[in-house]
Amino acid sequence: MNLSVKIAGVEFKNPVTVASGTFGSGAEYGDFVDLNKLGAVTTKGVANVPWPGNPTPRIAETYGGMMNAVGLQNPGIDVFCQRDIPFLKQYDTNIIVNVCGRSERDYVEVVERLADEPVDLLEINVSCPNVKEGGIAFGQEPKALEQITKAVKAKAKQPVIMKLSPNVTDITVMAKAAEAGGADALSLINTLTGMKIDIRRRGFALANKTGGLSGPAIKPVAVRMVYQAANAVNLPIIGMGGIMNYEDALEFMMAGATVVSVGTANFHNPYTTMEIVEGMENYLRENGIADVNEIIGCVK
Amino acid sequence: MSGVRGTVEVLGQEKLASDVYSMVLHMPEIAAKAAAGQFVSLYSRDGANLLPRPISICEIDREAGNIRLVYRVVGKGTREFSGLKPGETIEVMGPLGNGFTLKDKRAILIGGGIGIPPMLELAKELNCEKSIVLGFRDETFLLEEMRKAGDVYIASEDGKTGVQGNVLNAIEEYGVKGDIIYACGPTPMLKAIREYAFEHHMEAQISLEEKMACGIGACLACVCRSTEVDGHSHVHNKRVCKDGPVFDAREVEME
Repeated sequence: MNLSVKIAGVEFKNPVTVASGTFGSGAEYGDFVDLNKLGAVTTKGVANVPWPGNPTPRIAETYGGMMNAVGLQNPGIDVFCQRDIPFLKQYDTNIIVNVCGRSERDYVEVVERLADEPVDLLEINVSCPNVKEGGIAFGQEPKALEQITKAVKAKAKQPVIMKLSPNVTDITVMAKAAEAGGADALSLINTLTGMKIDIRRRGFALANKTGGLSGPAIKPVAVRMVYQAANAVNLPIIGMGGIMNYEDALEFMMAGATVVSVGTANFHNPYTTMEIVEGMENYLRENGIADVNEIIGCVK
Repeated sequence: MSGVRGTVEVLGQEKLASDVYSMVLHMPEIAAKAAAGQFVSLYSRDGANLLPRPISICEIDREAGNIRLVYRVVGKGTREFSGLKPGETIEVMGPLGNGFTLKDKRAILIGGGIGIPPMLELAKELNCEKSIVLGFRDETFLLEEMRKAGDVYIASEDGKTGVQGNVLNAIEEYGVKGDIIYACGPTPMLKAIREYAFEHHMEAQISLEEKMACGIGACLACVCRSTEVDGHSHVHNKRVCKDGPVFDAREVEME
């Protein structure tokens, strides 16, 4: 039975990775998860310099989901290259580095810095709803998205995945803009912008007022968008948004995702990724499917 | 090394005050490693409540392999836990975070509200002269057990038990003296204790609280402002779940 898939020429031993920001660079979860068993580790977003992130509270639970406004706190690319890449290289898994920035120059600086590093793919985060400058601005305006994709592609040595925001009117317009800019793959969806009010304190639950909603509450939206994007462009897709188990993962793949990312579920059950790989394998076996690639986009 | 994650058995559940419960869990692996001031994450059975609930450890029985948690019912998750009966099971991860560093110095242990429970294990483990100062809103809990562990001084907001006011009022009123403070409680209390410790040139270890998601240092939700650059992100944000919850008062800034 074959579980391996390919994205932009890079082979994944299985179609399961983690969603950026929920897994650090793997060190903390490495105590629970055998990182060798993942198709890839997708790192927390890294910028050209350290970012302190937003004030607390940064997190609030909602029914069937959670909101976060961490604000991309990260140590910057230098520490990342010295510490996190060597850590991940100890494992037999692909490394997808999520790149964040406030301006085109920030993104390009990080991408250039990664050119000679042993990482497999770059995921460009143009869709974080919690960072005011840059970030989301690139992800909601098709022309800006095409431009940043071109700028990154011009310098990148690794395949480029553009991570799309669901906070747009038509996801296919954004998918096509990324394709026009030369993207090698797409990942979607990032979180949906939400708000929660604490009626006891009569204030916002998050210091940032708004946050990104994730978890099973958003899954149907995510599956719909993956399906739409898969049918609008000719690019492989990393699908995510509320995946809790292998059944959810298979939904995304049948909608058109080549790889799936597990995010919020890691907080609920750190073993989710490994359980999904196992569940997927059993599903294929029980249904007499020899190659996982057969199910990608099988629902038309 | 992070904690252990698994399904454990509930041995007992008891109501201590209107909204305060005591639950004993059988988890030998976690109990063997646990220290005063650490916490465990409890998971709801209802998939709609995704995030683990961090609960501080009240008592550790390493021989029997049990851990006692005393917690306040504040929402859906803790309400569910309070309904668990002996023989039922719950998903747990722990022990998590850094607990108190025990010093051989005349100690003042200060607990406020639901910050009181971790002081019990600490009081039992500290083999030195110690005073225990407890602050309640109105109803008291754990008093008898605390009295067995040391000299107890009380403040209550309604004045029905001990001094009317807060824990610092009790320290002043009863002339409580010590060389080190260990404290857990609401943020305004910890802030006042931190200032008190600085003024009196005392060492202080304070246990902070912040909204958490992963509980193991990966998601960066529960940070606090630190005086030094932190080891993880190289900014000034230590992680309450991983670098704390207990910090030296000089390590953190509280505006």
